[in-house]
Amino acid sequence: MAFDPAPHFSSRDAVVCRGVGKTWAAGTKRAHEALRDVDLDIAPGEFVVFLGPSGCGKSTLLYLIAGLEEATEGLTWSFGDVVETPSPERSLIFQETSLFPWLTVWQNVSFGLAIRGASQQQRRAVAAEALQRVGLKAAMDKRPDELSGGMRQRVAVARALAMRPKVLLMDEPFAALDVQTRARMQDFLLDVWRDSGASVLFVTHHIDEAVALADRVVVFTSRPGRIKTIVPIDLPRPRNLFSREVEALRIQLTDLLRDEVDRAFAEQEALSATA
Amino acid sequence: MTVIDRNAAPSAAAGPSRPAAARLLAMVAGWDWLAKAWWTCLSVALFAGIWELCWALGWADPQLLPPPHIFLSNFGEQGKFFNTATRWQVGNSMGEGPSAFESVMITVAATTMRVFVGLVIACVLAIGVGVAVRYWHVFDKLVLPTVTLLSPVSPIAWLPVAIFLFGIGNAPAIFMVVVALFFHMVLATIAQIDGVSPNLINVARTMGASKRQIYGRVIVPAILPGMLQVLRMNLFGAWMVVLVAESTGVGYGMGQVIMLARNTFNPSLVFFTIAVVGVLGFGFDWLLRLAQRRILYWLPDTQEKLRGL
Repeated sequence: MAFDPAPHFSSRDAVVCRGVGKTWAAGTKRAHEALRDVDLDIAPGEFVVFLGPSGCGKSTLLYLIAGLEEATEGLTWSFGDVVETPSPERSLIFQETSLFPWLTVWQNVSFGLAIRGASQQQRRAVAAEALQRVGLKAAMDKRPDELSGGMRQRVAVARALAMRPKVLLMDEPFAALDVQTRARMQDFLLDVWRDSGASVLFVTHHIDEAVALADRVVVFTSRPGRIKTIVPIDLPRPRNLFSREVEALRIQLTDLLRDEVDRAFAEQEALSATA
Repeated sequence: MTVIDRNAAPSAAAGPSRPAAARLLAMVAGWDWLAKAWWTCLSVALFAGIWELCWALGWADPQLLPPPHIFLSNFGEQGKFFNTATRWQVGNSMGEGPSAFESVMITVAATTMRVFVGLVIACVLAIGVGVAVRYWHVFDKLVLPTVTLLSPVSPIAWLPVAIFLFGIGNAPAIFMVVVALFFHMVLATIAQIDGVSPNLINVARTMGASKRQIYGRVIVPAILPGMLQVLRMNLFGAWMVVLVAESTGVGYGMGQVIMLARNTFNPSLVFFTIAVVGVLGFGFDWLLRLAQRRILYWLPDTQEKLRGL
């Protein structure tokens, strides 16, 4: 790999990406490049939103940072260590329900401890604390199918928190929820984030979600996904989503995204014309 | 049934005493169970009724297609034929040995045992091999082609092999059940494993689960619902095969009774045996469904939704 292995950054950075790229099915006819040349630095405790059109590779980047997929180019570090495998320090929360349906809520939350052979008492205590933080302690002994979609995602957040992660990776976690629930969940997430002190990397294609949550918004180009710009948001929280500053941001982000969506559409049309 | 149900409910709800309401609730719950039994009986009665009608109209020759009231009526006489075990022994006459009822019970128990043992062995082996195929890549490469190659082979083709290997007795019949189910169940297990949501596996991975833990704590519980379904489907397969197996390699069992009926041209006995097999298969399936509801408490009730369409 023609790459300088010496990292030019402090080991205190939560996540560092240098020249990260990913090609799916590399070396085959179906190869397609999802990500190219991503350089990114994320500070501890920072809330970063990845914004981009569908299929632009932003989720792929999240999976690379989680260590669930291997990058074909470049390297990623987390707190000074090269990311090679998944780690409980970097918890991933998925779009769809990823709770184990055969376990109760508290057993789901303490799954990571069960793997390490913790006693039942210990697991129940940790689960109770994590569930307390998401306001679902009363639902401890319920099963996932008895909960609403929003509650399930809160349990998923509690499960991630129980591992005391330094980085929370969220892949469109509220996409399946209705608008009202989503707004409540965003407030809830900000509280959790402030309490935990973890960095949050949050993938979405909703501009409103990005401006409500982010310290910085990373805007992606469509395939292959590259970082187009990074838009810092210096507004205090809770944010009034109808203020003039937020409106200006919304317009800026909409313009940035529109180009990419147009380009993606043109590409798809060209593809279907040749097909 | 449901009409009575609906009329009864409000009148009791109006009543103030709680025990009465509770009693009614229990009764309605009981009716639900009763309603299911009722529908089962009705379904069978409808089928039998059409048959009886054909007989009454003279379309079904009672010599060839004896209707239920004929083949069920002389139970005592037909039951004697189940006594194949003693009859095969020299010196025993038809009159000796166990009674008709006992003969039927002995035969049924023997066949059921073969089905059950065969099913359990096939299931354990198939899940083991299926999981191993996905767990070790080399095992996959070495075993899966052969399994796929052998799975279309008809159980009939294994019959001589069963006799070569095990002679006569329980072993060849059980072998037949196992061999008829095993290959399909391996493929079904693999299909179930491949259907496990990658999210569940990824969650376990981010929590630091080892490969063994992922298989033990995520994949096996995740495929359980599907595997019970596979087991139910294969239960019927086991019943089918066991009769074929018993018709040659074994001294007694339902398959022997069918063969006897065939050789002595006794349609009543054939239909009687079919009825017994049907009842047994139905019972087994019912038990499995019960177990399914107990073990797989987390599954949603899709059936209920479909009924609403």
